[in-house]
Amino acid sequence: MAQATSPVLPDGLVAVVKRECPTCSLVGPVLVGLGAHVVSEDDDRGLELSYRLKVETVPTLLRVEHGRELERTVGWSRQSWEALAGVPGLGAGLPESRPGCGSRTLDPAVADELAVRFEGHRLRSRRVELGPLEDEAESMYDRGWTDGLPVVPPTESRVLRMLSGTGLDPQEVVAVVPPDLIECTVEKVAINAVLAGCRPEYLPVVLAAVRAACTDEFNAHGVLATTMPVGPIVIVNGPVRRRIGMNSGVNVLGQGNRANSTIGRALQLVIRNVGGGRPGGVDRATHGNPGKVGLCFAEDEEGSPWEPFHVSQGFEAATSTVTLFAGEGSRGLVDQLSREPESLARSFAACLRTVQHPKLPAGFDAVFVIGPEHARVFRTAGWSRADLLHRLEELLLLPGSELVRGAGGIAEGVAPALRDTSVPKFRPGGLLLVHAGGGAGFFSTIIAGWANGPRGSQPVVVEVGA
Amino acid sequence: MKVLDPTSERAPAARALAPRPDRLDGLTVGLLDISKARGDVFLDRLAGLIGERGVTVRRYAKPTFTKPAPVDLRHEIATQCDVVIEALAD
Repeated sequence: MAQATSPVLPDGLVAVVKRECPTCSLVGPVLVGLGAHVVSEDDDRGLELSYRLKVETVPTLLRVEHGRELERTVGWSRQSWEALAGVPGLGAGLPESRPGCGSRTLDPAVADELAVRFEGHRLRSRRVELGPLEDEAESMYDRGWTDGLPVVPPTESRVLRMLSGTGLDPQEVVAVVPPDLIECTVEKVAINAVLAGCRPEYLPVVLAAVRAACTDEFNAHGVLATTMPVGPIVIVNGPVRRRIGMNSGVNVLGQGNRANSTIGRALQLVIRNVGGGRPGGVDRATHGNPGKVGLCFAEDEEGSPWEPFHVSQGFEAATSTVTLFAGEGSRGLVDQLSREPESLARSFAACLRTVQHPKLPAGFDAVFVIGPEHARVFRTAGWSRADLLHRLEELLLLPGSELVRGAGGIAEGVAPALRDTSVPKFRPGGLLLVHAGGGAGFFSTIIAGWANGPRGSQPVVVEVGA
Repeated sequence: MKVLDPTSERAPAARALAPRPDRLDGLTVGLLDISKARGDVFLDRLAGLIGERGVTVRRYAKPTFTKPAPVDLRHEIATQCDVVIEALAD
C-alpha cells in the first residue's frame, strides 16, 4: 500500500520535467539560470509529486508560495515563462516557443499502476488475494459475490477508476443497507458497480439508486423478503440519461445497453453483498422475476407528448433523477386498432384492472410504460398526462359488487361490506405514467407493483448527485 | 490477482439459540401477530389453549408484516415475556 503523505512542494519556481523530453532538455539552462527547483518524473518522489500536481505536460513551470501553487504554464513559451517568473530576457538563442511532451503519469502503460500506488490508501476494503491457479470468475462465484452471472473482478485500479465518476469521498456513508442494516460507503458501492460492469460515469446514478432504495418509504427489506415476485426497478430521468448513453427506445426494457443493464444490477449486488440479502435467505420470493438481476431504464423525454415523469413529480427538467419502484416483470399490452383516445384509455383500463388480480383494488401501484405509437394517439387528440390519468381513474373506479369475495365464482376479493361501494383500482398517485419504447408497434407495457403505501413500498424519486 | 471485498466483511458468526424452558408454568408467553391475514385466528386459538393451563398470555402485533418489528415493540416483548410465539405467514 502506498504512503499516505504527499511530498512537500518547495516555494519559488518549480519545474516538472522528464529525461526523454527534448523540450525539457532545451529549457535546462533556463531552469538553472532561474534557480528553479527541478522535479524529475524519472525518480519515484518526482513522479509522485507530478501525479499529485496532476501534471499533464512536461515541462510544467509552477510558481509556489507557502507550499501552494499560484500559477503554472506548460511547454516552453518565452513570453509565458517571463511573465510567470517575472524575469525578462529568458532563453536567448531559444525559439519563441516549443510544445512539451506528455507527462509520464499519463502513460497508459503505467497510469493505472500509479493510481494504485498513490491513491490505493484511500480504499479501506479488505484485500482478497485470488490464487494464481484460481480462475477469478469461478473464485468470485464461489465466494457468493455474484447473482449467478459472471462479474468483473474489482481490482484496486478498477475501483479507483470507478470512484473517479463521483466527487464524493470514498468513505462517505451512502445508506444503511438492509437486511443486515450495514452502513454502506461510496467505496463499497463502487466495488459492486465494478462487479456489475458499470462505467465510472454511471456511478452517481447507482449511488442515487442505493440511497433511494434504502429509505423507509421504499422499504428494500420488505421488497427483498416478500414472497411476491417484485424487485427494485430504477427509472432514470433528466440529462444524465443522454450523458451516459442510456436506452429509452427500441427494446428499452430488454438487453443490449450497458448502462441499462448494469445500473440496476449494481444496486442488486449492493443489497446482496453489503446488505446480505440473498435468495433463499431473507429473499423468500415464490417465483421472483428475471428483472431481479437488475432492471433499469430511461424515459424517452424527447419523444414524449408530455412533460417528463420527474417533472410531474415536482422536479426541474434539468435535474436528473432516479425513481425506485418495487415492481414485477413487465408484460405487454396490445391495442392495434384504437385511434381515438377514449377507446385506447378503455383498453388501458381493462388491462390495468388485472394488476395482481382483477378483483383486488387499491393495494398495488403500477408503472405504465406507454409506447410512442400509443402516446401519439393522445398527442394528436390533445390529451395531457393529467387528462389520461384522470380518465383512467374514472374508468378504474370499480363496482364493489364485482370485487367482493365470491363474486364471479371466485373466492378472492374484497370484504363483503364493500359490496355497495365503488373502489378505485389505484390509490391517488399509484399509477406512474412513463413514456418509452421503440417507434414501431401499438403497444404499451405494464409493470405491476407490490403492497403499496406505508404498509409496503412507496415509489421514491431522488436527485442524481455528483 | 488482488481484488477488493464487495461485502460487509462481517464474519458469519454462529449465534447460539437462547436456552429453551422445559415448562411454561409461571412464565409469561407473548403472542406476536405480524398482521398477516388470519394470524389472529391461529393466535386466538393458541391463547385459549395456553390460558387453560394457567399461563399468563400477552398479545402483541406488528404494524405491518412487510417491515421488521419496530425497536420499541421488540423491547416491550423482551422485557415483558419469557417466551414468544410468532404467527408467520397466512
